[in-house]
Amino acid sequence: MTERVPGFSTLAIHAGAQPDPTTGARATPIYQTTSFVFDDVDHAASLFGLQTFGNIYTRIGNPTTAVLEERVAALEGGTAGLAVASGHAAQVLAMQSLMTPGDEFVASKNLYGGSINQFNHAFKSFGWNVVWADPSDIGTFERAVTPKTKAIFAESIANPGGVITDIEAVSAVAKRAGVPLIIDNTLATPYLCKPIDYGADIVIHSLTKFLGGHGNSIGGMIVDAGTFNWSREGRYPMLSAPRPEYNGIVLHETFGNFAFAIACRVLGLRDLGAALSPFNSFLILTGTETLPLRMQRHVDNTKIVTEYLAKHSKVAWVSYPGLPGDRYHALAEKYCPKGAGSVFTFGLKGGYDAGVKLVSNVKLFSHLANFGDTRSLIIHPASTTHRQLTDEQRVQAGAGPDVVRLSIGLEDPADIIADLEEGLATA
Amino acid sequence: MNHDTYADTYIRGILNTVKTIAMVGVSPKENRPSYFAFKYLLERGYAMIPVNPGQAGKELLGRKVYARLADIPEPVDMVDIFRASQHVPPVVEEALALQPHPQVIWMQLGIRSDEAAAKAEAAGLKVVMNRCPKIEYGRLSSEISWMGVNSRTLSSKRAPPGKGLQRMSLNRATMSGGSVEASDRAQKDGG
Repeated sequence: MTERVPGFSTLAIHAGAQPDPTTGARATPIYQTTSFVFDDVDHAASLFGLQTFGNIYTRIGNPTTAVLEERVAALEGGTAGLAVASGHAAQVLAMQSLMTPGDEFVASKNLYGGSINQFNHAFKSFGWNVVWADPSDIGTFERAVTPKTKAIFAESIANPGGVITDIEAVSAVAKRAGVPLIIDNTLATPYLCKPIDYGADIVIHSLTKFLGGHGNSIGGMIVDAGTFNWSREGRYPMLSAPRPEYNGIVLHETFGNFAFAIACRVLGLRDLGAALSPFNSFLILTGTETLPLRMQRHVDNTKIVTEYLAKHSKVAWVSYPGLPGDRYHALAEKYCPKGAGSVFTFGLKGGYDAGVKLVSNVKLFSHLANFGDTRSLIIHPASTTHRQLTDEQRVQAGAGPDVVRLSIGLEDPADIIADLEEGLATA
Repeated sequence: MNHDTYADTYIRGILNTVKTIAMVGVSPKENRPSYFAFKYLLERGYAMIPVNPGQAGKELLGRKVYARLADIPEPVDMVDIFRASQHVPPVVEEALALQPHPQVIWMQLGIRSDEAAAKAEAAGLKVVMNRCPKIEYGRLSSEISWMGVNSRTLSSKRAPPGKGLQRMSLNRATMSGGSVEASDRAQKDGG
């Protein structure tokens, strides 16, 4: 007998959560504790030796955080999750489980600016060497692969919007190279796109954005798809070799299709320490319950706003794959048919000064450097996040003087448009 | 029956019914998966019987080790096989020679012998292949959820605690949760 698999909205509310075993509390309690008592020394030994499931210390795991981990893993169709302090921490821990100094990974050049910095500087100082590829030319991924390559990294919908990665094509490159494909699914969320269905082996999130959704908590997530065979070639010793930290356990043979998530937890998180606060887990969990409703409203509003801007006399161009005629429209139809996210850029005919005027004169849009909030957000990268770069670097990064980035919130679309109309009148 | 997927009710029924489990091929080494599973199931109240010819006569976690299933002096409810797939058929032959028959033949994660399974089923036994009873116990009791693992179960019913701290009971009502199709497919394709 095949059992019914519940739909996305049901999972978004229920996956991982159950009435509290002792109190019956229906909402997930905030287990705001550093530590958990042991029954006896034998119980402690079993926990520390990974021989039983349970809680020891909140740096390694926490019951509130565990609900969030299972919830996001279920929404993505993965075998397990690991929630950590931020999206950046998720990237460090995922990579640390794969890389040794001198190794390489191939990454799409169209990424969140913070990831580009992390890969170019912090990761290089660890000896993890990024090789950049171009998502508009899959051949560049293939050519970037060397015997030292340990992973391929891309974003499903690339920040600051406008680029949709052909995940299946990149996955084929990863399979030929015998390395896992890591997809950052922050901008899409599993409501719009499920990268594991297209061959991703690991999914990364900044929970700070749409999954939390309310702009109140920083968090990150690693989801293990349970698809990669870590032992085939022995290139991933964290998973396929006996671990001296745990009395010679081989994590892949012990934990099977959720071994990667366990490695990131019991080696990465345990030793590097970027734990998520249980309170943040609770807030983000509350956000996930309304994810399908919010994402649908985000993309519905974004469709209205992009269509409005595309016709505006002061707007030179709008880069949104949801618009027919956009170069990534066909890929958007394939990978995120419900909508191409709610973050996009557009260009002002008036250039740099017009950008400054627009962000200065809007009253509903918040001028800040985040996205994926209930509130509509605006930023003019050339005068803020990308200010320190040269003109040439700014254009290269898609942050030329005329570029404005919007993250469309959940307000009434008429109010969002009225605010832009007023702001654009001054630009 | 189909051995690619099992209903949770089937697995829960087995783990709730059997009391005595003979584990064939269990290792005395503390870092081996078989030792993990043996210890975990013992801690959850199953009468575990280690079977390993190289360790016969010794003790494993206080339980006497037997060389062969035939040497066990009491009835066995379930035979859990920790041997490579090609070594499974003779173990199942041995199990079917026991009187009374065990109720269940269980083959560990990564282990599958459709030939041996058919023989056991023809004799009226239940069969589980390519699963770990520790993981299944953890999943259906929701203990494994503490590790962020997708238990693929949902429930609005309070899960009763098991015996001891941080122990959950198998006796609970769940419905199916999220699927892990991509992982199932990858394993079938040989990863």
